[in-house]
Amino acid sequence: MIYREAGDFSTTYQQDSQTFPIRFDRYRYYAILAVAFLLVPFFINDYWANAILLPFLIYAIAAIGLNILVGYCGQVSLGTGGFMAVGAYACYKLMTSFPDVNIFFHVILAGFVTAGVGVIFGLPSLRIKGFYLAVATLAAQFFLVWMFNKFGWFYNYSASGQINAPERSVFGIVVTGPNTHAWATYLFCLVFCVGAALIARNLTRGTMGRTWMAIRDMDIAAEIIGVNPLKAKMTAFAVSSFFVGVAGALFFSVYLGAVEVTEAFGIQKSFIVLFMIIIGGMGSIFGSFAGAAFIVLLPVFLKNVLVGGFGWATDVAAHLELMILGGLIITFLILEPHGLAAFWKTIKEKLRLWPFPH
Amino acid sequence: MKLKLLAATAAALMAAAPAFADLTIPALNYRTGPYAPSGIPYADGFSDYMTLLNERDGGIGGEMVNVVECETAYNTEKGVECYEQTKGDNALLYIPQSTGITYQLIPKASADGIPIWSLAYGRTSAVNGKVFEWVFNLPVTYWDGASVAVKYAMEQEGGSLEGKKIALVYHNSAYGKEPIRTLEKLSEKHGFELVLLAVDHPGQEQKSQWLQVRQQRPDYVFMWGWGVMNQVAIQEAANVRFPMDKFIGIWWSGSEADVLPVGDGANGYKSLTFHGAGTDFPVFGEIKSTVIDAGKAAGDGTKWGEVGYNKGVYTAAVLAEAIRAAQEASGKSNISPADLRDALESLEVTEARFEEIGLGGFAPAISLSCASHSSPRLAAIQQWNAADKTWSVLTDYMEPDFEIVDPLIEEDSMAYASENGIEPRSCE
Repeated sequence: MIYREAGDFSTTYQQDSQTFPIRFDRYRYYAILAVAFLLVPFFINDYWANAILLPFLIYAIAAIGLNILVGYCGQVSLGTGGFMAVGAYACYKLMTSFPDVNIFFHVILAGFVTAGVGVIFGLPSLRIKGFYLAVATLAAQFFLVWMFNKFGWFYNYSASGQINAPERSVFGIVVTGPNTHAWATYLFCLVFCVGAALIARNLTRGTMGRTWMAIRDMDIAAEIIGVNPLKAKMTAFAVSSFFVGVAGALFFSVYLGAVEVTEAFGIQKSFIVLFMIIIGGMGSIFGSFAGAAFIVLLPVFLKNVLVGGFGWATDVAAHLELMILGGLIITFLILEPHGLAAFWKTIKEKLRLWPFPH
Repeated sequence: MKLKLLAATAAALMAAAPAFADLTIPALNYRTGPYAPSGIPYADGFSDYMTLLNERDGGIGGEMVNVVECETAYNTEKGVECYEQTKGDNALLYIPQSTGITYQLIPKASADGIPIWSLAYGRTSAVNGKVFEWVFNLPVTYWDGASVAVKYAMEQEGGSLEGKKIALVYHNSAYGKEPIRTLEKLSEKHGFELVLLAVDHPGQEQKSQWLQVRQQRPDYVFMWGWGVMNQVAIQEAANVRFPMDKFIGIWWSGSEADVLPVGDGANGYKSLTFHGAGTDFPVFGEIKSTVIDAGKAAGDGTKWGEVGYNKGVYTAAVLAEAIRAAQEASGKSNISPADLRDALESLEVTEARFEEIGLGGFAPAISLSCASHSSPRLAAIQQWNAADKTWSVLTDYMEPDFEIVDPLIEEDSMAYASENGIEPRSCE
């Protein structure tokens, strides 16, 4: 009734090919942006920022990055944790080497460094595919973590091997270190997250995205119609690693503040981000957000219900959380193998006809 | 409407549930994951002692103690979530139970004005109270532990370690790396060779490390391990027939859960300790009768008297003394985190006081000051007897080599101060 396209006419090609062609969708999108930018910062507290919104936004950026590589270009990667570590350590080295530069640029630069590393580790993708490529990226994961542990230069020879984010600011507003305000860190991550989503959306529907998808769907056919596989695969690795690196940099500098590479960027990080895009939906920007929300928010939600609501023992709740999460993932994959994004699409189809389905 | 209601309920549930007691102490425990074997006994001991105080004395100074458990699974991300969730409820003090989480919380808690007590773990240089105003690292630190272990090995070898070889098997994390600097300095001083063998999280796979031990034949093996890593290491040591009495673990690598799975092979294994073993102290009887037998225990009661459990009791007992001191100093029973910090900074727990609270001879006396946030900085060696299934303390409490450790603490804490723009206090 409210969600319909009747009376919504496109008179130009631009209008027809926009991200949200239905007016209601568009307004909903503007409304979410308005709430996120104008309303949330006034009500946010430390708990909401550090336990819920920051991890959600940062994981969403990482999921967008991985989705470009796996969902759009079809190159399986298990190296996400390692690439996030590259972003984090690059950001740390930049922050400590150039303390006067705006942290915003450090995060971006850390993304570019990661893009470079990603391209290097993406080279095997020109020769190998599928599971074999997954193993090659797995090697990247272990190699990078080992490297950051092994060489003291990366962590400035600190006694514990940890890296700690010093206090840095954006236009005089502190966003890293202990003396931050919840709204500042939140807005900082939100800007990156929205930026990442916009860039990813526009890349994936342009030439570059189409070549990626051509490679994903059938690489030989793509090559025959003139897609350069070297260029397509390398750009996919570069763009994907860029976003993952930005996520890693934010994860370290803004969210955690102190990081130890084996614990924070281990193989489980790679799996978590991969689960996010599988659950959220491969090849979908919305899916990246939905998957990140599912994986980040559900455990917190369950914990608060079971421990805070029912007053159960924390260990019972922690074990139940794992079981419920696992069960839900299996249920989802059976009922909706294409992820939450496909589920959302179905809902929208039904909503268009509601309340008079024919 | 239904959807709105659902959304509102969901939002309400996502927000942290408030606590209503007066002396709130969040406990960042881990009863799940690969570190649970080490985490559960401690968590039980801490909660049971506090329950004893609530049941027997009606809390501390008339205020009930509320231990808010939060499960971290030894994971820093969950640790941050727990911290944010509980800090609003007038949390008095954080005991992070993880070196990684301690590193995370040191700047945050200092900014929020909540004291942190890292109990013989965490950042060693936090001993320097001039720089780390809100952080306490008592009763002893990792660098002290490394030094005491070397001292003990030296005594065993007749006073010299010249030309000997010591291997350090360590958890490849901030925790495991802590003693390396100290051991390197000590190896220069005493002329022994140091072999570093890192074990990656979670530590179930140690074949290659122990193969190296077999090849390099060190005279002593020290271990900085935690969770399942400990039992695997002791098993592997038994497999390569490394003499157990030359295998010395840090205080976190010497609990029943670490040696029992190895059976007779673990006989003679040694570890450092900073408190007594066993249950021959009056307060343990009271915990048994008032808390465990009454069905009010935090766990299933089977950990009672284990080394990890005793650590929990020790922590809770010292903390209760600090709270009492804070109540006396501030003249009110409902103290603030700042009151507790001030009290910790001048905390005195004499041996007579330990006797009074039913822990006579359990641990050496404590005396903290503004400049020194750790005391007494003593450690003893305990040994496992596999036949009796008991730990027994072998030596007196030994002092570390302060000549080596203190300059390192000064150097590291000053580096932290300059990195973070902290002006050290004068402490006069």
